[in-house]
Amino acid sequence: MRFDQYHSHTNEIDLWGEIGRLHYFAPTELDEALDRLSAGQVRIVAGGTDFYPSRRDGARQTDLLDITRIAGLRGITRNDTGWCIGAATRWSDIAQANLPRAFAGLQAAAREVGGIQIQNAGTVVGNLCNASPAADGVPPLLTLGAQVEIASAKGLRTLPLTDFITGVRRTALTGDEMVTALVLPEPPAGAVGSFEKLGARRYLVISITMTAALIALEDAGRIAHARVAVGACSATAQRLHRLESELTGVTPDAAVVTPDHLRPLSPIDDVRASGAYRLDAVAEQCLRAIKTAGGSDGPAG
Amino acid sequence: MDRRVENDTVGFSLNGLPVSPRPRVGERLSETLRERLDARDVKIGCNAGDCGACTVLVDGDPVCACLMPAHQAEGRAVETLAGFMQSDPLMQQLADSFQAHGAAQCGICTPGMMVAALALLRRTPDPDKLAVKDALGGVLCRCTGYRKIIRAVMEVGNTPPVPPSGEVGAAIPRLDGLAKVAGNELYGDDVAPAGTLEVRLIRSPYPRAGFTLGDLDAYVAATDGIETVLTAADIPGRNLFGTIPDFIDQPVFAETEARFRGDPVAAIVGTPEAIATFDPARFPVTWDERPPVDDVAEAMAPEAPLLHGGREGNLMCAGLVQCGDPEAALAQADTVVEGHYHSGFVEHAYIEPEAGFAQMANGRVEVHACTQAPVMDQESLADILGTDRSQVRIIPTAVGGGFGAKLDLSVQPYLALATLKTGKPVRLTYSRTESMQATTKRHPSDLRLRIGATRNGQLSGFTFDGLFNTGAYSSWGPTVANRVPVHASGPYRVADYRAEAKGIHTHNPPAGAFRGFGVPQAAIAQEGLFDELADTLGIDRLDFRIRNALENGTQTVCGQVFDQGVGIRACLEALRHAWDRERTATAAFNAQNSTIKRGVGVAAGWYGCGNTSLPNPSTIKSGIRADGTVMLHQGAMDIGQGANTVIAQIFATALGVPVDTLHLIGPDTDVTPDGGKTSASRQTYVSGNAARLSGEALRAQILSRVNASTGAQLNIHTGTIRITDRGDSHDIDLTALPRNSEGYVLRAEETYDPPTRPLDENGQGIPYAQFGYAAHLAVIEVDTRMGTVTPLRFTAAHDVGRAINPLLVEGQVEGGIAQGLGMALMEEYLPGTTENLHDYLIPTIGDIPPIDTIIIEEPDAHGPYGAKGLGEHALIPTAPALLNAIRDACGVQITEVPATPARLRAAIREQSHDR
Repeated sequence: MRFDQYHSHTNEIDLWGEIGRLHYFAPTELDEALDRLSAGQVRIVAGGTDFYPSRRDGARQTDLLDITRIAGLRGITRNDTGWCIGAATRWSDIAQANLPRAFAGLQAAAREVGGIQIQNAGTVVGNLCNASPAADGVPPLLTLGAQVEIASAKGLRTLPLTDFITGVRRTALTGDEMVTALVLPEPPAGAVGSFEKLGARRYLVISITMTAALIALEDAGRIAHARVAVGACSATAQRLHRLESELTGVTPDAAVVTPDHLRPLSPIDDVRASGAYRLDAVAEQCLRAIKTAGGSDGPAG
Repeated sequence: MDRRVENDTVGFSLNGLPVSPRPRVGERLSETLRERLDARDVKIGCNAGDCGACTVLVDGDPVCACLMPAHQAEGRAVETLAGFMQSDPLMQQLADSFQAHGAAQCGICTPGMMVAALALLRRTPDPDKLAVKDALGGVLCRCTGYRKIIRAVMEVGNTPPVPPSGEVGAAIPRLDGLAKVAGNELYGDDVAPAGTLEVRLIRSPYPRAGFTLGDLDAYVAATDGIETVLTAADIPGRNLFGTIPDFIDQPVFAETEARFRGDPVAAIVGTPEAIATFDPARFPVTWDERPPVDDVAEAMAPEAPLLHGGREGNLMCAGLVQCGDPEAALAQADTVVEGHYHSGFVEHAYIEPEAGFAQMANGRVEVHACTQAPVMDQESLADILGTDRSQVRIIPTAVGGGFGAKLDLSVQPYLALATLKTGKPVRLTYSRTESMQATTKRHPSDLRLRIGATRNGQLSGFTFDGLFNTGAYSSWGPTVANRVPVHASGPYRVADYRAEAKGIHTHNPPAGAFRGFGVPQAAIAQEGLFDELADTLGIDRLDFRIRNALENGTQTVCGQVFDQGVGIRACLEALRHAWDRERTATAAFNAQNSTIKRGVGVAAGWYGCGNTSLPNPSTIKSGIRADGTVMLHQGAMDIGQGANTVIAQIFATALGVPVDTLHLIGPDTDVTPDGGKTSASRQTYVSGNAARLSGEALRAQILSRVNASTGAQLNIHTGTIRITDRGDSHDIDLTALPRNSEGYVLRAEETYDPPTRPLDENGQGIPYAQFGYAAHLAVIEVDTRMGTVTPLRFTAAHDVGRAINPLLVEGQVEGGIAQGLGMALMEEYLPGTTENLHDYLIPTIGDIPPIDTIIIEEPDAHGPYGAKGLGEHALIPTAPALLNAIRDACGVQITEVPATPARLRAAIREQSHDR
């Protein structure tokens, strides 16, 4: 074995006309992490699954703040008002957790993010912070009414997920803040979640479109509560409020999706598909997601 | 407590042992493992989590080591394939199973596959297929088509017995497999010592740009760790390379204008630290972006700038084959179909990016790199360095997939120039982006065909006009232009034919060799139109093909008549049972379903083995040492397809010894004769024949020493050969024989060159000594509402003449189908856009359905033991069979691949509007 071949090298770099050392901080207490963020010039890393692929040649290197060792930041817990998903919780933690059926859509999304290797490293909160229009975590979390808990040395604040992601690769986070958790209210009784992902291959695929639904039925089999959210069809994933309200009182099989329902969407053409195709496909995807969550079969034969 | 790690050691356990490397802040765990801890069994394919080759277990869970900060490993347990092979009996069983089932071809994805599989088997000892796919879905393989990997994982612990002798026809595991499954195989990036100087290319960010280099000396002086900069001025010989003598037109470094995005203009040579932190923005070059010629139509426009002086209309060259009177035949035909087909660039997407290492050794340049053509590399480097071939030694590393693109030079000239200038060892590995941006592609095609037939289903007239976008430089474009007209008829009798293929330059990456050299594109069009013809005439689609299939004694479009060995009819007839069964089942399914529709498609293909009408020799040397060791100098590059095994089986059979007694010496221009390039499906046929001749010659020498008959049995022991002949036995005392300079007491070097004849101005002649034949049947499901296609099954009939190794035959077929499926359904390389493995999609383990391979053995008189080539044949019928199945399922004729969900859905909508 060869060890430490680069022993003589240090991390002192002056490539950008400045002398500095790079630091890797891996605090175990949240306060220390927040102090680091207050001090500035530090980039947060957790699973690394977006951090490395987005790194560009020659990009200015900064100190790194690894949040995965902070006590209490990983895991899913239930409290009086609902559920809490810690910021260091990995996709595989979500996929493997024993959760109510309302979380089935989020769990299905967890199993579709990259391969197992990505699910074992990437975090659901990192997925939100990366703020890709095609982030698989966003639609199911929108249907679950997720709030984002944000901490800084100055204190805590909480934002609805819809306000947290402000655009393509943009969030409401300021430089001294980090997300500490997702806070989810208790889902409606009997609600079931679903997630539909469309891609050009089976695994390791960035969604062409995706749809999450959360459906609760009343005794007669009619929809009592509906949430439907669509990703990869607009700069940020959107809930289809009008569709949701019109679903109330109908059976899942009788659901209809009209162009009007899809008005919040503005899909673009990219390498994966045309915008026109996305709009066409997502109408069907909504129906399938509603039927799956509503307990009927998927695609009609 | 704040853990502040600055320039600090990171302590973790690697394969059970404590380690404490000092990575840079932000360094990937994969780099730390490979460069600081010598764990080169961890392979890097993409550095983006897209391929999974670097999969390791961290605290028992599979992760991509390329996405984990090395510092995050602090206190954790990191385990890799090589470690498991030392300590874990389950991994050893898995290795046996991978070998026995042929689950490793090139082997570059194997460490990732096996580590991911081990994690599964620990939790689920008896997994079902879906569990295996879910567990391995994060690892890409470009060679195998995944089916044998699934089987190897499911059947771990139940390894089938290995046939004992390994003679021709025996399905033995590959002879070079152990290193691949143990993680010991050394690929292009695995041979350089850690700390070696590295080379990094400065590439044009524009498809077309002038450029001015600034003060390079000042840059070197001002930049820590940069040793030197290389430019065109550093080239002692000719600043050009290429593959076809009259078309050597690609500069090592552009001199005045870069002709594609990624064209190199300079290179820096520096320490690993300097290269890792290199900032392209600080390199002194200014670019003058110029309007590019994007596609063939623009390139042929009268006002288009010429990429190469003297090539009017940006026409590189054209190939033509014509016979009979196609226009008259079309006029007389009862029905004529026409088609206009398109395809885009396709990327080889082997999991190993181009990589190598070079050093000066005894005043000579020594290059260790992944390649498909070591002797061509040597000739090209000698030309570039302005030296004699003898001053360049090529020692190929293992190759992590090639499929045609590693026939061309990539890293080699930069390595050679850098070591020559610095006098020090140097290393260069392309990033995934560079590999995709700058190496050759499959040619985009624009094809117009007219095919006629008579009422009784006999072909009557066929014209083909093909434009192939050959990119900025010629590479293997002339081969495509010449091959396509020979093959565009498909393996059918076409008496009246005219086919022309033109290669057109554009400001795109060079399009070169990719499994099939343009023939797969042509087959999509021809086979698609055959279905239209058959339907118009009301003839069963399979019958239509059988009626027109070439047979012994019939003429090809080149006027070539084979009196033996034409196996296409047998291939098509072998599909009959599956065709009837699947058509019936599909009809029943479709009667019950309206959104999901099933379809069955059939298509055929042929492919001439070896160079088109050009000399194409291979030489194989063998020798026996005084101690009885039999050495086989096997110079046919094994890029995963299995030449090391197939050539050895042929040689062993010819000599008359068990294959496991052979010692193989691989390609190395100092000690192994030229086995030719691994290309054109020629190694089994051409190098195989050289191996047969070498084995036969060695055997003849042995037998003649004791006057034994040809049927005598050889037993080679330490220092002795015992010859048993009709009850008598004779011993040759090898220790008593004189040894030559190589240490051999017996030696045989033989060359084989296929008998071909030049094509005349109408493309008439003998382009190939043999063709191989294939027919595929695909069953698919279309979700008509979404436009998605799910392949359900393939039946693949291949006439290989004689299956030297049926296990490897299946491996080629399954892997070819996977690539054909990718081309048909998802693969499209868009320069500047899909330069990674998450925007450029290749099939995953969940995309390849079961494949039933039917081996047809219609022996070929020229092939060794009757064998024909196979590598490229496997891909040719796949895409048209899939597209024909789509048409069968939902009635739409796809004329542009890939048939992405968006394209297919648009076609389905258009059709329903037309109704």
